[in-house]
Amino acid sequence: MEKRVTIKSEREEHRLFRSRAIVAAIFVFVALSLVIVRLIYLQVTSHDYYTTLSKENYQKRTPIPPVRGLIYDRNGALLADNHVEYVLAAKRDDVKDMDRTLKRLMQLLPITPQDVVKFKQKLRVNSRFHPVVLRKNLTEKEVATFSANKLRFDGFKVSVRMQRNYPLGSVAGHLLGYVGRIDKRDLKRIDNEEYKGSTHIGKTGIEKYYEKRLHGKAGYELTEVDAHGKPQVKLDDKAPIAGEDLYLSIDLELQIKAEELLREHNGAMVAIDPRNGEVLAMVSMPAYDPNLFVNGISYANYNALRDNPDRPLYNRAMQGSYPPGSTIKPMAALVGLSAGVTTPGRSIYAKGFFQIPGNKHRFRCWKKAGHGHISLNRAIYQSCDVYFYDLAFRMGIKRYAKGMRKFGFGLKTGIDLPSERSALMPTPEWKRKRFDQFWYPGDTVNSAIGQGYFTATPLQLAHATATLSTHGRKVRPHILRATRVSRNLPEKLVTPEQLPSIGVTKLRYWDDVIRGMVNVVHGAHGTGRRSGAGAKYRFAGKTGTAQVFGIAQNKTYDASKLKKKLHDHSLFVAFAPVKNPRIALAIIAENAGGGSKVAAPLARQLLDTYLLTDKQKEEILEAKNKAAGIKKEADDGH
Amino acid sequence: MATKNTDFVSIFYRWLSSIDLVLIVSLILLIALGTAILFSATGENEAMMNNHTIHLILATFIMLIASQIPSEMLNRWSIWIYIIGIILLILVLVQGSMGKGAQRWIELGGLRFQPSEIMKLAVPMMVASYFSKKNLPPGFKDVFIASLLVLVPMLLIVKQPDLGTALLVGTAGFFVIYFAGLPWKWLAATAVSAMIAAPLVFYFGMHDYQRQRVLTLFNPEADRLGSGYHIYQSTIAIGSGGVYGKGWLNGDQSRLDFLPERHTDFIFAVFGEEFGLLGNIILFALYIFIIWRGLYLATKGNDTFARLLGGSLSLTFFIYLLVNTGMVSGLLPVVGVPLPLISYGGTSLVTLMAAFGFLMGMRRRKKGYGESNSIQ
Repeated sequence: MEKRVTIKSEREEHRLFRSRAIVAAIFVFVALSLVIVRLIYLQVTSHDYYTTLSKENYQKRTPIPPVRGLIYDRNGALLADNHVEYVLAAKRDDVKDMDRTLKRLMQLLPITPQDVVKFKQKLRVNSRFHPVVLRKNLTEKEVATFSANKLRFDGFKVSVRMQRNYPLGSVAGHLLGYVGRIDKRDLKRIDNEEYKGSTHIGKTGIEKYYEKRLHGKAGYELTEVDAHGKPQVKLDDKAPIAGEDLYLSIDLELQIKAEELLREHNGAMVAIDPRNGEVLAMVSMPAYDPNLFVNGISYANYNALRDNPDRPLYNRAMQGSYPPGSTIKPMAALVGLSAGVTTPGRSIYAKGFFQIPGNKHRFRCWKKAGHGHISLNRAIYQSCDVYFYDLAFRMGIKRYAKGMRKFGFGLKTGIDLPSERSALMPTPEWKRKRFDQFWYPGDTVNSAIGQGYFTATPLQLAHATATLSTHGRKVRPHILRATRVSRNLPEKLVTPEQLPSIGVTKLRYWDDVIRGMVNVVHGAHGTGRRSGAGAKYRFAGKTGTAQVFGIAQNKTYDASKLKKKLHDHSLFVAFAPVKNPRIALAIIAENAGGGSKVAAPLARQLLDTYLLTDKQKEEILEAKNKAAGIKKEADDGH
Repeated sequence: MATKNTDFVSIFYRWLSSIDLVLIVSLILLIALGTAILFSATGENEAMMNNHTIHLILATFIMLIASQIPSEMLNRWSIWIYIIGIILLILVLVQGSMGKGAQRWIELGGLRFQPSEIMKLAVPMMVASYFSKKNLPPGFKDVFIASLLVLVPMLLIVKQPDLGTALLVGTAGFFVIYFAGLPWKWLAATAVSAMIAAPLVFYFGMHDYQRQRVLTLFNPEADRLGSGYHIYQSTIAIGSGGVYGKGWLNGDQSRLDFLPERHTDFIFAVFGEEFGLLGNIILFALYIFIIWRGLYLATKGNDTFARLLGGSLSLTFFIYLLVNTGMVSGLLPVVGVPLPLISYGGTSLVTLMAAFGFLMGMRRRKKGYGESNSIQ
């Protein structure tokens, strides 16, 4: 290729260079113009867009979660509080040599290899900027140890977090409910702004119903942050407002006693102060420990609870629909009296069964021989089924259902707890809708003794009993008694909600029915006379035995031949003292048998617990011990 | 220099005529502007500004010395500087392979420096020196040999790996070949083959992180917190600056640590944020004027070596500017190229100022123009 002359021509080369330089200059100009065009695009055309981005970029709003309100019983006993928990955590981005740091941490703190494995898994799935917990529940000593050696563990931090704690475990667990991690469903119903810093939310019970009050208002801190999210300058802040403390109307002593008594059977108990609707106790057994749910229940634990045939997760007291049995007879009597189908003086002749005219089916009484001539008063304390079959049959389902609904049957009480059930006060319309069937007179007869389609929750029963005890003055049952916004302020009492009174005007009707109920426990022939023996106050009650299993016409009920699940439920409603009642309760022991045998004595113990003074209780205890001692001596003497 | 007039005034005038005042003034303006923005970008860090002052004094001193070096002398030294540079590059690689990972620095007698920085000057000098002894425009053999002279150090630097510097060294050498009279046809062929080679290099010749940088260019918001972070943040800074900018020391994006490397490679984003489009246009005007002045001085160079080196150095300066501003504004992939004369760092400042010193020295013996010719 080298064919040219070897003499260098300076002039030629110079001209060549000049032309190259001109081309280069043009190229420089064009290329830099392109950059300028890009800059015009960034700084003029898209200026607004980048301005918006820049604002989001440097102002970081860090939410500060409020401290959740505490929950107390009516006497100030703590039911739910917050535990301070120290956790050791790190962000992937902040730790330079993870393996070495972890190794050194394991030498210093009790960290198991499983912790490390879990931690590493979590690190992988979390963003580089998200702190991942290595160990929870550090003790104060461990925190101190770590803090002293902090510099050796660059990137690891101990942070404080509040954890909900239920110090009494399963006690009142159903009504307290629990908090759990905020999930997708919660996100739909909450104000995202308020919950930005929060991790937990009330899931059931009081925790859910009063979530808004308990949660409080979130605060925030507005800081200028660097690209790594590290705060540089504080611009603005707002302190969070702690949630309100709640004082429940629950009486812890009564609650615990009821739970103890019902532990043997599955069942429920609700006690209400008839004067103001305050719920004094609400028990559902078996119970569960709400603490299990706070940090996410394990699958094993959850499955165990869910698959337990006794269904511990379910609050029987207001979600359990039970046939109320004879416990509704006092209310049914009042409905009949006010409808004018019977009077306190009227008697009927009760054989062992009732027959609808023109029908051969026998509606049997629990007393096969029959009660003979019987008045309303005796029909109550001896729980005569035939009297009430007759009463309801002559009233007709419409009047009967309407009257019973006034007592609250078939309707939610509107208590301040979520997921209450209305149970069922059946009507012809309901039956047509539900089964597309006609209402038979037999259905009316069955519902007269709280059987058939008729169901009620223990809460409804207690509430109806409370209403009855005050001669029809109805107050909505509620659990929240008072709130306290701040430790320095007095508690604020919740005003009870008065409901429309029951339209039974004649006072003597009420008195007659109540006299019947008093005779149940204090009368010589009352079905619950054993439970009334030796009471230091007068009370009124009504036993109930609810059939779970339909007995064929020609057969008799024999508990020993039936599975436990098919045994009768044992029920009892009561209020005390008869004059100026302070407590009304309903109790159900599932598959425990007759109301007088199981539920009534339990009710008596509960009434004693609530009504007697400490001194009286002591005396009773002493007397019992003495009796046991004498018996023991007698036994030893043999 | 043979003159009988020895009084200081005339010495000063002679010296003054040996440097280019137009270039000096525009460089001072640029450096003043750069120092202002560096003050902001370092977060008003006094220690850094003190260092910067030392760098400036050192660089100016070296520029003034460089401006006094006759191009013939430089021509003679070229081969030795080049050889020493290659040896140091190999030393760096050996040092790196001994388990220290990416390695660009070398320590000689307590002095730490980057040999690759020397090559920014040594390679164009070597190639210019090679062509100065040949007939121009060059034939195939000369272009081939010149290309090897460029590629060997370039590959050594890529191995470090330091893509940015390799690119600058490569273009500096290439510009010499271009000014020497690389036929347009070959230039076109090179461009075409580069386009074909690009995807091959992308898939087989790059480190993962380098590939990622290229991909990021096309969709910087895809990975804002990862590889796209730099570009995402720098475009926000520039874009939010608007036409007039947020004002000196008021660039919250850059000053609040959102912008990484904000006082080094990404200082242009700080400038764009605080001084806006108007400031950018003034900055570019200054740069373009300096590049033009450099090319002008090169055309006045008194021999082939001086012209080729001068032209190459001017265009390399331009490439610094183009690659840096293109990268910061999101037009080009992220490669470690500083904004010339503004980014913090002594090495690059010294190299650039030395180059301007050479440029000024080129036309010192203007008299000889048109008469001097060498016979090979």
